[in-house]
Amino acid sequence: MSEEQLYSVSSSPHVHSGASIHGIMRDVVIAMVPTFIAAIIFFGLNALILTATCVISCVFFEYLSRRIMKRNNTINDLSAVITGVLLAFNLPPTFPIWMAVVGSFVAIVIAKQLFGGLGYNPFNPALAGRLFLFLSFAFAMSGDWTPWSYINTENIVATTSATPLGMLQESTGSIAFLSNNSNIMNMFLGKVNGCIGEVSALALILGGLYLLWRKVITWHIPVAYIGTVAVFATILYMIDPSTNASPLFHLFSGGLMLGAIFMATDMVTSPTDRSGMLVFGIGCGLLTMIIRKWGAYPEGVSFSIFIMNATTPLINRVCKPRVFGVKGKA
Amino acid sequence: MNILKAKFKIHGGVHPKYRKELARDEETKRLPLPDILRISTTQHLGAPSKPVVKKGDYVKKYQLLAEAAGFISAPVHSPASGTIKDIVTGTGASGAPVTEIILETNNTSDAELTGVYPTDEWQKLSPETILNRIREAGVVGAGGAGFPTYVKLSPPPDKKIETLIINGAECEPYLTADYRLMLEHPECLIAGIQIICKVLNVTEAYIAIEDNKPEAIELLSKYLEDKKIENIKVSTLPTYYPQGAEKQQIYSITGREVPSGGLPADVGVLVENTGTTVAIYNAVIKDLPFIERTTTVSGYGIETPSNVIAPIGTPYQELIDFCGGAKDDVKKIISGGPMMGFAQATAETTTTKTTSGLLLLTAKEISQFESSPCISCGRCIAACPMNLMPAELSQFCEAEDFESAAANRVMDCMECGCCAFSCPAHRPLVQHFRTAKAFLRAQPKK
Repeated sequence: MSEEQLYSVSSSPHVHSGASIHGIMRDVVIAMVPTFIAAIIFFGLNALILTATCVISCVFFEYLSRRIMKRNNTINDLSAVITGVLLAFNLPPTFPIWMAVVGSFVAIVIAKQLFGGLGYNPFNPALAGRLFLFLSFAFAMSGDWTPWSYINTENIVATTSATPLGMLQESTGSIAFLSNNSNIMNMFLGKVNGCIGEVSALALILGGLYLLWRKVITWHIPVAYIGTVAVFATILYMIDPSTNASPLFHLFSGGLMLGAIFMATDMVTSPTDRSGMLVFGIGCGLLTMIIRKWGAYPEGVSFSIFIMNATTPLINRVCKPRVFGVKGKA
Repeated sequence: MNILKAKFKIHGGVHPKYRKELARDEETKRLPLPDILRISTTQHLGAPSKPVVKKGDYVKKYQLLAEAAGFISAPVHSPASGTIKDIVTGTGASGAPVTEIILETNNTSDAELTGVYPTDEWQKLSPETILNRIREAGVVGAGGAGFPTYVKLSPPPDKKIETLIINGAECEPYLTADYRLMLEHPECLIAGIQIICKVLNVTEAYIAIEDNKPEAIELLSKYLEDKKIENIKVSTLPTYYPQGAEKQQIYSITGREVPSGGLPADVGVLVENTGTTVAIYNAVIKDLPFIERTTTVSGYGIETPSNVIAPIGTPYQELIDFCGGAKDDVKKIISGGPMMGFAQATAETTTTKTTSGLLLLTAKEISQFESSPCISCGRCIAACPMNLMPAELSQFCEAEDFESAAANRVMDCMECGCCAFSCPAHRPLVQHFRTAKAFLRAQPKK
C-alpha cells in the first residue's frame, strides 16, 4: 500500500468550463480598444500619454500595495489594467499627469486594496478615482479643449470649447443647436469635447457588442440604464422642447455610453441576479437624468453609478431568483 | 409517432465537454471473474446491510451475504461462489468507512436461484409479489444515489403516480453505460418498464434521452413501434448538463415542479434510471439478484476506454488492468461522472451497485486551480438549475453562517456542480455547500 501512487482528491466537479478572471478581464481590455483608438484619433498624443500613465501607475500601485500588505501578487488578473484604462477614459485630454497618478493611487489603493482587493471593493475603483479628482481638481477636470490644439499648450485656455453638457448647463439657448442632426452625429462619432474615452458613442457601442458576444456582460444593465435615460429624456422633451434637449442628445452626450457599458456593468460592484441588474440600471438612469436636469453639475453618470454601487448589497438581498420548487417568494 | 420533444426549458445548466466518443461505440464486455471481491455493505442509500455470513463460510453465487437493516436499506448477494476470507472495515467511494465482505472466488457454477417465482409468466404475479421480489433481489437506484427501489416503488397511498419516466439522459460527461444498455438490450429495458407500470398501475411512460444519442432514440422508437407498444414513448431532451437530474427532468417533460423538499410522487411522477429498470427486469423475469452492473471505464488516462460488466465488489484496479491499464499521466481517478463523482486516492476502492463510471483523468481534462475571491460575475446564478445564488451562499458558508445558508435554501442544492464548473474565480462552491448541508443535517430538528 505505502509505495502505491496516490491520486489527487478533491470535491466534485472535477472538470471546469475554463473561464477565468484573467480571461474575463482580457475580454474587457479588448473591448476598450476601439474607444482607445477613437481617443487617439480625436485627442492625439495626450490620450496615449494619459492612458499609459494611468495603466502603469495603477498596475504599480496594485503591485506595491499587495506587497506591502504581504498578499499575493494580483497584477496578472488584469483588473488593475482595466481600472487604469477606465480612469484615463474618464479624464479630459489636458489633464495634468501628476494628477492622473494621484487618481490612480486613490482608485487602486484606497478604493480597492484597502477593502481587500478585487471582489471586495464596494465601489468601482476607476469611478472612485475619477470622483476624487473631480471634486479635488474641479478646474482641471472641466478640461475645456479644442481638438487638435494640443501642440501649443499656452493657447488651450484661450481656444477652449465647452462640452455639450456644459453648454446645456450654461444656457438653454443652445438647445436648438445641440439637438440638431449634425451635432448629434458628431456626438455619436466623438467629434466633440469631453473626456478622452467618453466622446465616441460608436466606439463604445462596438466594445459593448463585443462584451455581449463574449458573454462577459449581459444586456440587462446597459439596456435598463440607457433605456431609462431615453424614456426620461423623451418625457422631458415632450413636455417642453424649448428647455429640454432631445433624447438623442442625452444618449450620446457626456459619459452615458462609457458609464452604461463599461462602468455600471462592473461585476464586483453591480447586482448578481438579472432582476437586480434591471433595478440597478433603472436607478442609474433616473439618477443620471435628475442630476443632469436639476443638479449643480452638468453630468451625473459618475455620481449615479457611484450611488447605485452603494445600493448593490441591498439590491442583492431583495432581488433573488425564485428557487426551483418554491412557490411564491424565495 | 412515438418520439416526443420535451416541451419545457429548465433554468441554468452547462455544456461540459462530453467526451462520450471515447467509449460510446465500445460494445459492453464482461470482466473475467476476479480472484478476490470486496463487497461493501453500503451499496445503497440508507442503513448499511447486516452481514449474514461469517469468516470461513462457503457461499454460492446469488446467495444472500447481507440482509436489509431497516426500511431504507437493501440486501446484498454474492456475485460468485467462493469462501468468505474476512469481514473488514474498508473505504467506500465517497471516502467514508464501510464494512467489506472479502470473498475469495472459485469459478464453479453451483449457483442457485430462488425458484420461488414462476418468472416466465410474470404478468400473472400480483404487484405485491413483484415488489417483494424487487426488494429481495436488492435492487437499488443504479444512477448514483442508490435509493432502494422497492421503497421508491411504494409511494404513500395518497400519492397517485400518473407518469413514469425512465431516465436515459446520462448527462454526465464520459459515461456511456446506460447508452450501451439501451442499444444492446432494448427488450430488457422495455420489459422492465412494463413491470414498473404494472406495479404502479400507471399507463403513461416516457424514456427520456438527450438528443445527442440519436441511435438510441431511433432504436427504441423502432422497437416500440415493431412491438406495437403504445403506452411507452421516447422523450427527447436538449443536450445539456444536468438534464438527468430528477427534478429537472420531470420539469422538462411534464412542466411540473417538484416542491422544495418534496418527492416526485408529489407531482404524480416517478423517475427510474435505465440501469435500475434493467435490474428490475433481471430480478423479476430472470430471478437474478443485483450482483453486477455495467460501468464505463473512460478518460484520456485509460489505454482502452470500455463499457464493462463487472460483479459488485470488483477492485477498481481490476477494471483498469482489464482496460489495458492506466497511462502515466493520470492525475485523478473518479468513481462516477466528472461533475458529481468522487475522487479516489487509490485504485483500491471497489465497485458497488451505483458505480456508473470509473474515470482516469489526465491534467488536461481536470481543473486544478487556486481559488480567489468572488467577483460577483453572476455566472453561478445563471448556471444553477435550482435557481439558487451560489455566490452568496458560499460566502455564508465561508463565514460559517450556516443559518443564513439554510435560510437561502442551501438544502435545495443537489450538488450538480454547475456553479463551480462556471466559476471564473475557481471557488470550491460545491465543497462549501456540502459542508453546510452536512452541518445542518447534524443539527437536531427544531
